[in-house]
Amino acid sequence: MMLTPGWYMALAAVLFSIGGAGVLVRRNALVMFMSIELMLNSVNLTFVAAGTGLGLIEGQVAALFVIVVAAAEVTIGLAILVAVFRGRATANVDELSSLGG
Amino acid sequence: MIDYLWLLIVLPLLGAATLIVFGKRIGEPWAGWLASALVGAAFLLAAGFTVPLLTGDGQPETVELFSWIPVLGVDASLLWDPLAAFMTLIVTGVGLLIHVYAVGYMHRDERFGRFFGYLNLFIASMLTLVLASNFAVMFVGWELVGLSSYLLISFWFVRPAAAAAGKKAFIVNRIGDWGFLVGLMLIFAAFGTFSFGAIFETAPDVLSTAMATAITLALFIGAVGKSAQIPLYVWLPDAMEGPTPVSALIHAATMVTAGIYMMARSAVLFELAPATLVVVATVGAVTALYAATLAMGQRDIKRVLAYSTISQLGYMVLAVGVTAFTAGLFHLMTHAFFKALLFLGAGAVIHALGGEQDMRKMGGLRKVMPITFWTMVVGWLAISGVAPLSGFWSKDEVLAAAFAHGTYYVVLWAMGVVAALLTAFYMTRLMILTFGGEERWPDGADPHEAPKVVTVPLVVLAVFAGLAGVINTPFRESLEHFLEPSFEGVTQQSPAEGPTVVVLALVALIAALVGIFIAWGRYSKKVPEERGGYWKAARNGYGVDDWYGRLVVAPGKAMATWAGETLDGRIVDGLVNGVGGSVKSLGNSLSGSQSGWVRWYGAVMAASTLGVLLWLLLSGGLF
Repeated sequence: MMLTPGWYMALAAVLFSIGGAGVLVRRNALVMFMSIELMLNSVNLTFVAAGTGLGLIEGQVAALFVIVVAAAEVTIGLAILVAVFRGRATANVDELSSLGG
Repeated sequence: MIDYLWLLIVLPLLGAATLIVFGKRIGEPWAGWLASALVGAAFLLAAGFTVPLLTGDGQPETVELFSWIPVLGVDASLLWDPLAAFMTLIVTGVGLLIHVYAVGYMHRDERFGRFFGYLNLFIASMLTLVLASNFAVMFVGWELVGLSSYLLISFWFVRPAAAAAGKKAFIVNRIGDWGFLVGLMLIFAAFGTFSFGAIFETAPDVLSTAMATAITLALFIGAVGKSAQIPLYVWLPDAMEGPTPVSALIHAATMVTAGIYMMARSAVLFELAPATLVVVATVGAVTALYAATLAMGQRDIKRVLAYSTISQLGYMVLAVGVTAFTAGLFHLMTHAFFKALLFLGAGAVIHALGGEQDMRKMGGLRKVMPITFWTMVVGWLAISGVAPLSGFWSKDEVLAAAFAHGTYYVVLWAMGVVAALLTAFYMTRLMILTFGGEERWPDGADPHEAPKVVTVPLVVLAVFAGLAGVINTPFRESLEHFLEPSFEGVTQQSPAEGPTVVVLALVALIAALVGIFIAWGRYSKKVPEERGGYWKAARNGYGVDDWYGRLVVAPGKAMATWAGETLDGRIVDGLVNGVGGSVKSLGNSLSGSQSGWVRWYGAVMAASTLGVLLWLLLSGGLF
């Protein structure tokens, strides 16, 4: 059986959905970050698969960009998380709702 | 040389700026001396500029300063002609004496420096008014003298009466200014320029009688406000709340004559409007008589002089009304001398008695204050029209011109003669109550003769009040000759000629003497109570203030209240608050969606993305 890009796409879609569900259902900010990471990497998989299937280098380039941006995002996100945890001793995002209207 | 004409305005303006900012630091008495020196310098300059006009070598000259409003073709330019020179010399000359007097009078006032700053500002404003070579610049001066008058009337603003009087003067003058402004607009509509030269040259060709009447009536409303004629005279008696030098300088000698000057300057226009002239002459004569009856009943020495000023201004307006402009200006000048003198003398008396202004509490000051007494005697005889003092010549010229104008104007002449009799009466009353009889001083008063800074100006003014008449007697009409270039193309009414003028002079003189003798008989023995109907009504100003309050002020206040509470409070505010309120309630109702829960935001984002995706798929837009 030949692995066509469609399989990779399907896997990516499954991973994206798992990540999205994780972001929505989990309350721990750290786990939410991990879920977001999963979503980002599923997108990377899509880029690379599409690039290979179409014979274009841009797919891999886009994936590299996403990795860089994700690294930056995680850095900032974790810094915020550490700061919040110091102040409130909790990583539960449902308790961090003081900006609510 | 004449290019430096602007210095006349800039010198006192400089003094005003310096003294308003640094007045306190410069302090007493140097602030006063600085102000006096600047006005003195302006006087000397003006005198220097006047010499060529006197010798007959000089021509009227226009000095262009800068282009002010290019769109309307208005330049800031000054005019130096005999009329401007005449007014400038009066303003700076009398102004200088009053500045010097004020150094003594304002002694130990907390805001000594500020006072002289305002006085200098007034001189600069008045000179702008009289030196203007077009109506636009004149209007600037016109408004600025109103401002300085307001600042100086309410100079002692901690007294509620002074603050109210300042406001009253300003607001009543605004009514007159409205008329002046309308006149200016009509002039611009008719001529397309504000420049005196262009307007007066072309006026007979450009103006229809109706337009000339409209313009001059509007200008006359302005003059009525500034020169305190019926019906806008009510601010002047209240203006006596200001310090006495202010009353002398602004509300007797100079500013109130601005209306007369403006009408004399526009003589060409007034000659084209016979209907206006009838109104002007009538208002003048009626004011002269009416204000004299009010002056008779006052107890406050300054209010007597205030009503007297209104009455004398009436003579000047009458002169303008019968087109005897030179006679009006002549009376303006002599009045500036003797009324300034009388006010300053009254100020010295008030100071000596520790601020007492009620004449019932004076008396017997003749021996204690001989210089003040004798100088005021000169003023008294001059204003009463006793020959050969200045007032006799000028008042007689006005009355003779009115008589010579004929028919209806003989009635106005008669009113003027009666007013002259009353003038002599109330001035004699003032003199006897103040200086004659026994001492009725308030407790603790210890009057002394005033210091030299006060008496020297009094003596100088007394000399002028006595002798100034000689410049324009029927034997030698120097002033008329001097002013001729300013009244080119104007046919002036000359006083009656031959034996008539002698008879008229005798009638006026007899009227004055009769007035003096009646007052002498009434007051020299004892002080009458004067509680009866007439006296009470006169002290009350015939209740005119009450009537104005009911007819003008109350409706005005009601309208302001309506505008403030209903129009602004409900409609305008309602609109603004309504917009704000609806936005706020919209925000309130939507703020519930901002729960603060990150997962809720995530879910909304995911659901929305899915929704958009679904919609694109179903509508077939994406693929």
